[in-house]
Amino acid sequence: MDLNAIQQMFFQECDEGLAGMEAAFAILRDGDHDAETINGVFRCVHSIKGGAGAFGHERLQAYTHHYETLLDLIRNGSLDLTPALLDIVIGAFDMLSDHVAAARDNSAVPADAAMLARLEAAAGGGSTVTARVGPAGPAATVSEPAATVGDDFDDLMAMLGDVSPPAVPGVEADAPAGWKLVYRPTANALDHGAEPLLLLRELAMLGGTVVDCDVTALPSLDAIDPDCAYLGWTIALPGTASEEDILAVFEFTDACAIALTRDAVATAPVPTPTDPVQVDAADATPAPAADPVASAAPPIDDPKSAAKGAPVPPAAQTIRVDLDKLDRLVNLVGELVITQSMLAQRLTECQMGGISELSDLEHLTRDLQESTMAIRAQPMKTVFSRVPRIIRELEGEVGKRVRLEVEGEMTEVDKTVVERIGEPLTHLIRNAVDHGLESTEGRIAAGKSPEGVVRLSAAHHSGRIVITVSDDGQGINRARVRAKAIERGIILPDAILTDEEIDNLIFAPGFSTAATISNVSGRGVGMDVVRKNIQALGGRISIQSREGVGSSFSLSLPLTLAVLDGMIVTIGEQTFVIPLSHIVESLRPTGETLNRFGLDGALLDVRGAYVPVFPLADHLGIADAERDPTKAVLIVVEGDHGQAALLVDTIRDQRQVVVKSLEANYQEIDGVAGATILGDGRVALIVDIDTLTARSRPVRIPLAEAA
Amino acid sequence: MTDIAPKTIMTVDDSPSMRMLLRAALTDLGYTVIEAEDGVHALETLAASPEPDLLITDINMPRMDGFGLIAEVREGGRRNLPILVLTTESSDEKKQRARSAGATGWIVKPFHPDKLAAAIRRVLH
Repeated sequence: MDLNAIQQMFFQECDEGLAGMEAAFAILRDGDHDAETINGVFRCVHSIKGGAGAFGHERLQAYTHHYETLLDLIRNGSLDLTPALLDIVIGAFDMLSDHVAAARDNSAVPADAAMLARLEAAAGGGSTVTARVGPAGPAATVSEPAATVGDDFDDLMAMLGDVSPPAVPGVEADAPAGWKLVYRPTANALDHGAEPLLLLRELAMLGGTVVDCDVTALPSLDAIDPDCAYLGWTIALPGTASEEDILAVFEFTDACAIALTRDAVATAPVPTPTDPVQVDAADATPAPAADPVASAAPPIDDPKSAAKGAPVPPAAQTIRVDLDKLDRLVNLVGELVITQSMLAQRLTECQMGGISELSDLEHLTRDLQESTMAIRAQPMKTVFSRVPRIIRELEGEVGKRVRLEVEGEMTEVDKTVVERIGEPLTHLIRNAVDHGLESTEGRIAAGKSPEGVVRLSAAHHSGRIVITVSDDGQGINRARVRAKAIERGIILPDAILTDEEIDNLIFAPGFSTAATISNVSGRGVGMDVVRKNIQALGGRISIQSREGVGSSFSLSLPLTLAVLDGMIVTIGEQTFVIPLSHIVESLRPTGETLNRFGLDGALLDVRGAYVPVFPLADHLGIADAERDPTKAVLIVVEGDHGQAALLVDTIRDQRQVVVKSLEANYQEIDGVAGATILGDGRVALIVDIDTLTARSRPVRIPLAEAA
Repeated sequence: MTDIAPKTIMTVDDSPSMRMLLRAALTDLGYTVIEAEDGVHALETLAASPEPDLLITDINMPRMDGFGLIAEVREGGRRNLPILVLTTESSDEKKQRARSAGATGWIVKPFHPDKLAAAIRRVLH
């Protein structure tokens, strides 16, 4: 496993950690300051700090250090977690997310100076710890790879025996005075598996020689306790060895066991005259340190440069599979499903449809397809985890207090859906906070809790995922929506609309414009774009609203984009698929509901609203289709450009179809979204409602303008 | 190279990336690595694997933390097994705590491979 892969693992852990912190903050915000919750937050930051250091993300490491310092003070009770302090902690968390993202994407590090100042101010000088920035520098001492040391005490024995002393690397003529080190292990020096001899071996690597062994404490043989240390040593070390390196050898040892002094007598170049052994750099035996670790260092040496240029994508799986391979598998399974249904049809034609193997095959194929799709599935958590932050930012912008309730974040859905649901969902959340919830004063006046509630939920529902964004705000003000729709020419002033129809007006193109939306919900898009995005995913959006009680937006999405719920219709000899997500209703019209319009146009009266009749045959170039609407079927569809009634011959079936791309297999065709292969082996085109209804649009506009 | 068989080091850390980092560094140093995810897992692995020559353990872990693991290992009769503790704390107080808990030494995270090698040499018999 290379370092990049390990680093990717680290970023996965960061994501999990951040999600865990988010959950912990939800608990803490409810006033439950459980010690384990605070400890968990600390542990997350702590782990991120550790990994950041290991992978050379210095800014992330420095930031987490400051953050951790504050959290530690809260954890050990030095600081009381007041709501104000919790705000700082959560604010710092958001910046931590930014830092992690910057480290992952190699993008610009967020400006954290202000936040660091807040953290430090909050820590109130209680922290005296200074940031340890950057990865541990390369050890100043050149040391021997451990593998060549092992149990081999030859060097040590050589040193003890004063034979063949090791050379001193880098001896210079004006080297400083040598060191004199007295090491007298304490009685417990052998506890916990410690071994003083190993330290002498380390000193030998620094060029040290034992000049004296103190055996005065050694008892008679029968009194020796093998677990006790009795010996002491005096070791001479070259002056070129740094004090830091020498003391580092004794890092695990009681400080009282050693005494290190510069040898005052020694002013001459190392080796000093007081040294019992003359070490001549010229003819000295090469030290075992000839092969420095630095040259054999693992790639960990500079993890950052190794990781540069390869932003690590977030992922929640434990096995990483090339997406192409997965797509190929999904494709093959799609083919299998088609072949299976073709086989079923053929066998049925031969009166063999009842054989049990056929239904077994069907079950297996369906299971296989579902399992394959499940590989691509990801929990909604990936998207939901970003919401608390959006809410917090909105709270600041609009000055409302909002509590977020999340449910069903583990609900799984296809990766493509997860990737593309984020934007519309963000918009709905913004809409809920900005337009849905009343101001704090407004809520108090209405007798509600000053804190507004936004609920976000996801659940599987009959083969689809239903995501709901609801608020306990004021609900849709239908009088205002209606007035605005009239003002914008979307409906006629005397139009009779149900409450539901009025609610749905907010999805009408041109309903919200830059002039009327705040910069919070705004961001340049209206609810019509939200609906368009949802429909592009094969989904539907619906509203439920009660004035004074709140609104709820439900998104119903397919679990995957590779299959589509469609209505199979025939036009003449041809078969087409109309995506179910666009269908409002289907009906066989009576003469009274049809109104002639222009030369050969017709308008369908759907309970007072006029919808243009759209003969699909004309647009798709089919000659032998039924032209008389009263003998055909009209399917009312809702597209980007409003409703249209598609004229088709018959409805044959409603089922899931495997989507085949036309662009990939043939070429792009205006008005056709894709193709599928039916059970009888025939190709059926999937109608692109949006492009087709765009053509019927001119019929609607003059009507509205005429008013 | 006078070693007969490579030394075996057991690493205990709940973070997979940290375990992989240790494995990469230790393998490069010529050691054989066995891994455990937390204290409980470490005890199970100790019972089931060949005796390691050194144990390197994290402190903050679910189920059983590093201190708990050290106590169990020492009480379980491994009085002389060298144990290094992985810590991000460089304060003396924290190190003292590791020592009194029965650790032989410690490695401050993040570790440089050279420092890791040096720390191991100081305790690995």
